[in-house]
Formats: sequence, structure tokens, C-alpha cells
Amino acid sequence: MSQVNAQRGLSSRQETAPPTGRRQLSDMRIVQLFILPTIILLILMNIFPLIYSLFLSFTNYSVISSDPPVWVGLDNYTHILSDPDFWHNFATTGTYALLSVSLQTIVGFALAMLLRSKFAGSGIITTLVLVPMMLSPIVVAVFWRLIFNPSYGILNPILGFTDINTSPEWLGDPALALWAIVIVDVWQWSPFVMLLCLAGLSAIPEYLYEAAAIDRASVWFQFRRITLPQVMPLLLIAVLFRTIEAFKQFDLVQGLTFGGPGDATETVSVELYRLAFQGQFETGLSSALAYIVLVVIVAISNLYIRALNRLREG
Amino acid sequence: MHKKSFLILALVALLTLTLGAPAGAQGVTELNIWWAEWDPANYLQQIGNDYEAATGIKVNVVQTPWGGYFDRVATEWAAQGTAFDMVVGDSQWLGQAITEGHYVDMTEFLTSTGIKDTVTPATLTYYGEYPSGSGSYYAYPTEGDANGWAYRKDLFENPDNMAAFEAEFGYPLAIPQTWEQLRDIAKFFTRPDEGLYGIGVYTQIDYDGITMGFQNPFFAYGGDWYDAEFNALGVVDTPETVAALELYKELYSYAPPGTNNAFFAEMNDVFVNGQAAMIMNYFAFFPALANSEINPFAESTGYFSMPAGPSGERYAALGGQGISINAYIDDVRKQASFDFITWFATQEVQASWAALGGYTCNIAVLESPEFLAVAPFNAAFAETMTFVKDFSNIPEFGQLLAVVQQYLHAYVVGGEGTAEEAMTSIAEGMDEILVEAGYVG
Repeated sequence: MSQVNAQRGLSSRQETAPPTGRRQLSDMRIVQLFILPTIILLILMNIFPLIYSLFLSFTNYSVISSDPPVWVGLDNYTHILSDPDFWHNFATTGTYALLSVSLQTIVGFALAMLLRSKFAGSGIITTLVLVPMMLSPIVVAVFWRLIFNPSYGILNPILGFTDINTSPEWLGDPALALWAIVIVDVWQWSPFVMLLCLAGLSAIPEYLYEAAAIDRASVWFQFRRITLPQVMPLLLIAVLFRTIEAFKQFDLVQGLTFGGPGDATETVSVELYRLAFQGQFETGLSSALAYIVLVVIVAISNLYIRALNRLREG
Repeated sequence: MHKKSFLILALVALLTLTLGAPAGAQGVTELNIWWAEWDPANYLQQIGNDYEAATGIKVNVVQTPWGGYFDRVATEWAAQGTAFDMVVGDSQWLGQAITEGHYVDMTEFLTSTGIKDTVTPATLTYYGEYPSGSGSYYAYPTEGDANGWAYRKDLFENPDNMAAFEAEFGYPLAIPQTWEQLRDIAKFFTRPDEGLYGIGVYTQIDYDGITMGFQNPFFAYGGDWYDAEFNALGVVDTPETVAALELYKELYSYAPPGTNNAFFAEMNDVFVNGQAAMIMNYFAFFPALANSEINPFAESTGYFSMPAGPSGERYAALGGQGISINAYIDDVRKQASFDFITWFATQEVQASWAALGGYTCNIAVLESPEFLAVAPFNAAFAETMTFVKDFSNIPEFGQLLAVVQQYLHAYVVGGEGTAEEAMTSIAEGMDEILVEAGYVG
């Protein structure tokens, strides 16, 4: 009986064997077939727009015009780099990135140190601290606009400004508006830095601290020679991500100040949006500005990555 | 076999008739009108339903949120598409739409049918004419709109307030006739300890808010964005326009704190929550203030039109839109669109349009007692539509607007520099754009 079954099984396998043509598909070919749709999508959705916008950056073109792009060479780049308004936008973006990323690093690292040791409710507190980074930036901007409102916002009374006539107008004062955006960004994204630092801190072997304690090393010495070097690679990654995001900052600015008062908080991305849309539709010029931003971000990222590699090697 | 051939022939004939039908003169069964997503577009849909009942031609009013409306229309223009037969477009779009050939020339149609003379001249000029003064028209004024004022009658008519105001300023508290009087009233009602402020003015930097608000005193003080030869220098930056800007900044100092980026929604908000004694806004947003479910002061809310400048001139910044015909649709659909506009422009339909809540530009309807009585703000609206004035409508309007917005906001809200410096910077910025675009030699 089993022999019959075995024979049946054999004949069944022979009957269902694939045709000769299909048997010729190599593993490599199958891999290629699986990858091909992704490659096509990438080319259509990423590579083509990237190359096409590079081409447009050398043209005078408006996407809403029926006129075709007109080649102008480096005119768009020259125009941007010689315009003081654009340099002002870059300076605003740089100041914002520096303030925002520095404070996030300090606050995020401090939070990680606080939440490093396990205590009752530490899990819930860690989860709650992470909530801001899970929110949409535009939602965050809308409710912070209410918080900053000098008439009915809660921030001024909390800070002790109870007289509405002398209360600071956070979003309407050029000296405070950038700080207001920085405060919101730090509130939202410090938890991200904290999360990466926590991962780094939890990976430090306990015996290092035990050995240092036996050698009577001070807490500061332990922090400087054990904690900081061990966390540094992850901290640098957090700083890299946050710097890239800070240079692209758009939604918080748009939601809180729209670049105002005047151009006090007009970051490069907000200017880029205004050039590309908002009645101007300067597609060629805005493409050139987008490429300049890209080059700046790539250059800064490179510096961070080199520092990271040096850390790993050292 | 014969039966089969007959069936195929019948099918082919049916298909030919069905597909070929729109090509016939009588074949248009649907008209598509594009407009932004707001209440007037719903009213236009109701008017369209009446048109379908009268003619059998269905009218679809396709609505797009304001934020993406221009982008959508502009994309269709670039593609020379036929997705819409008519579009209710902003006055600023005229320059681009006409120089690039997206709109049908309606001059002959509006003139020969007499429709041209049924609307207020200012609305025909700003919603339909390009270039200015050319006598060439590309749109029928559909939704008239402009800036006006809403005020708290209970505060203005309070005997204590009236006595105190007269004692302080030497004339009776009433609807302001001049911008200086408006400023005095704003100052008088600014009482932070009571949570009350004198005025709400546009300050939005994002698109055109602060420019629209400032244009009201700017024009009344004799200002203009450029002269007939497109010269901005010496036209924008005069002592009178500087005075207008100083006045606007002073008005802002009497506005509720936090209105540093305020437009129509924020204006109604500060009025409804009792923070402002008077606010500027487009008339299109006043129906909400007349609704007691939204505005607790609805019963005591009054409306007035723009006050006069030093020389007695009055101007109101224009909002609203005109309806234009897509140049890329075929002649049959163009004729069907002309037929719709002919019907829509009749006094009877314009009266229905106004009764629904649409802001008609028809002179006879605007002057009719029924229109003036149907809403508390209609009298002020009818008066306003005789002295409206618009921002530039040349294709470069977006670039010009960006310059004006930035310097106005920096001075009025940010307090940067002086009014003179701001107006000089605006004039220079506009001049640079106009020179580069070839308007100024």
C-alpha cells in the first residue's frame, strides 16, 4: 500500500513539475523580478523628479504657465546667492537650527539621564514624555498658538505676566518670535533625542561603573569618561537627524508665525514655499533654491558622519 | 445573419448618436463651473438647479478649498484642459489668464446684450476688464465683495460712552465719517482692564491679508500701487501714504493682543467673543455676525462702509470674483456658457441670487428696497460697491504682493523701522519687479 502511495506521489510530482521554460528562471532572475517594480517606482517617483527639478533649476519656468522652460544657465543660482534677502533666510535658518538642536540635545540627554534608572512609574513617564513627537507638527503649532496668545494663552500667566498690557507677545514680537518656534520644537523633539540616548545608556555595561567605583572615580569622572563616550555615537545620530530636520523646518513656522513678523522667522523652506506657490509659481528659481538647501544639508550631514566615523574608529 | 448585421448597425448608430450628441448645437446637457469651497458656491449651485429646471441643462458647481483653488485652476490652464466650462476667478488672476489666452473675450457679448450696463461700473472694471481702461472684458461680475465694518451698537449708543467720548474728543460718538474719527473711536474703546479693545484690523502675513486691510486707508489717502506708466517710485511712497501707514499701525495698537496674524476668521472671532468694539472684514463674512447662534451681539451689531480720507475720498479693498468662460472648450459649449451667463445676469435671477445670500453686482437689485432690507449689512454693501478698488491684476501680482506683505507686516506688527522706510522699501521692491518684467523702460 505504501509503495503504491509512494509511486502515486512520485507520479504526482512528475505531473505537477513546471514546464521547461519556467525551470530556466534562475534565483538571480527571480530576485531581479521582485526588485524591478520597486526600482521602476523609485525612478518614477524619486530619481526622475530629482533630475527634472535639477534641469528646471537652470531654466526660467513657471509650472502654471503654458510657456516651456527657457534655459538661463546659472542665472537662478547667481540671483539667489547675490540676494541679501536669501542670505537673511539662511541666517535665520542657521540660527534656528543652532538654538533648536543645541537645546534639544541638552534637554533630551538630561531627560535620558533622569529616566535611565528604573523606578515606580518610569515606564509610564517615559511613554508620556514621548507623546509630543507622535503629534502632527501642524496640530502642535495650532495649540501652541493658543498657548502663546497674550489675551487668553496660559504661558504668560505661568511665567508670571499677569498684566496684559505688559505681557510679551510671543508671535508678534520680532525678538521673541524665533524663540517661540525654538521652544515648541524643543518641546516636541527633545523626546526623540532622549529615546536615542536612553538606548545608548542602556547598552553601557554595568561592570565599567563598578570598576570605576572600585578605583574611587568621581561621578563626574564616570560621566565624562564612561557615560558620554559610550552614548556619543547615538547622540551624534540624533543630532544629525535633528539638524537635517531643522534646516528643512517649514510646518511649525508656517503654523505659528508664517515667517513673520515681517521676515523675522522666515526660514529657507518658508521662502521656498512662497516662491514655488502662493501666487508666484517661480518654479525654476525655487528649484535652484531647493538644490542649494540640499547641498547645504548634504555638506552638514557629511561633517557629522565624519565625526561619527572618527568616534567609531577611535 | 441578417438579424445580426442589423443589430450591429443599430448598435453603431446608437453609439454614434450618443457620442456625437454633444457636438450638436442642442447637445450640451451639462455645464461645469469651478469655484472655491464656500457658501456663495452653494448658492450658485442652487441657482444652477433653477437653470436646469428652466432649460434641462444640468449645472455642476465644482468646489475646491480656497487653499488649493488657484493651483487647481492654474494647472488646468497650463494643460489647456476642458474640465470646466466656466470659472469664478479672482480679479488678480485676470492678467495671467488673459495674457496666456485662458479666458474667452466677452467684450462683444457683454456690450451687445446690454449686460455691461446692468452692473456697477467699478465691479465691471475690477472683475472683468484687462488691461485697466482698455474696454475689453473677460468676466461677468458674479460675487461682489469688499471690506466693510461691523460695530457694537450697544457700545456706541450707550449714554455713558457717548458723553465720555464727546467730552474727550469734542464731537458726538457715531459711525465714523473719516479715518481719523475711526482712530479716535478705536482709541476710546480700548480698555484692556475690561478685556475690550477698540478695533480689529487685518494683519495676516501669509498671503494678502495685511495688504487688503491697509489698502483701505492707503487708497483713501491718495495712494496707489503704481501710476498709468507702472511707476511705483514716487507713487507708493508719498507723505500721504506714509501717514496712512502710521494710522494703520496706530489702529493695530488698539487691536486685541494676539491678532498679529489675523484675517477674516480672526476678525469675526474677536468680535463674537466681545473683544473688539468694531472690526473690518469682507462683507461675505458678515452673515455669520447677523446670526445670533454664532454672535451673541447679533441684535446689536451694526455695519458701515469705509470712512473717507483727508480729501474726502473713500475706497474699499475689493474681494469677490467674476465668472469667465474657458477658452479651450468647443464653440458649442462656449455658446452654452454664454447662454447661462445671459440668464444668470437677468435682474430676476440676480434678485434670487441676492436673496439666497450671493452678493450681486446688479445695479437695479442693489438699489431695490427688497435687497436693502433683506440683511442688516446690505445697505453698507450696496454703498461700498460704488467705491471699490483692487490690488494689481498684472501677471506679476504675486511677486508684488509678497513685497508689500513683508514690509507692511514688519512695520505694523513687528515695529521695525519707520513708516517712511517701509513705504520706500515697498516702492523700491515693486519698482524692481516692474522693471524686470518690462513694464518700466
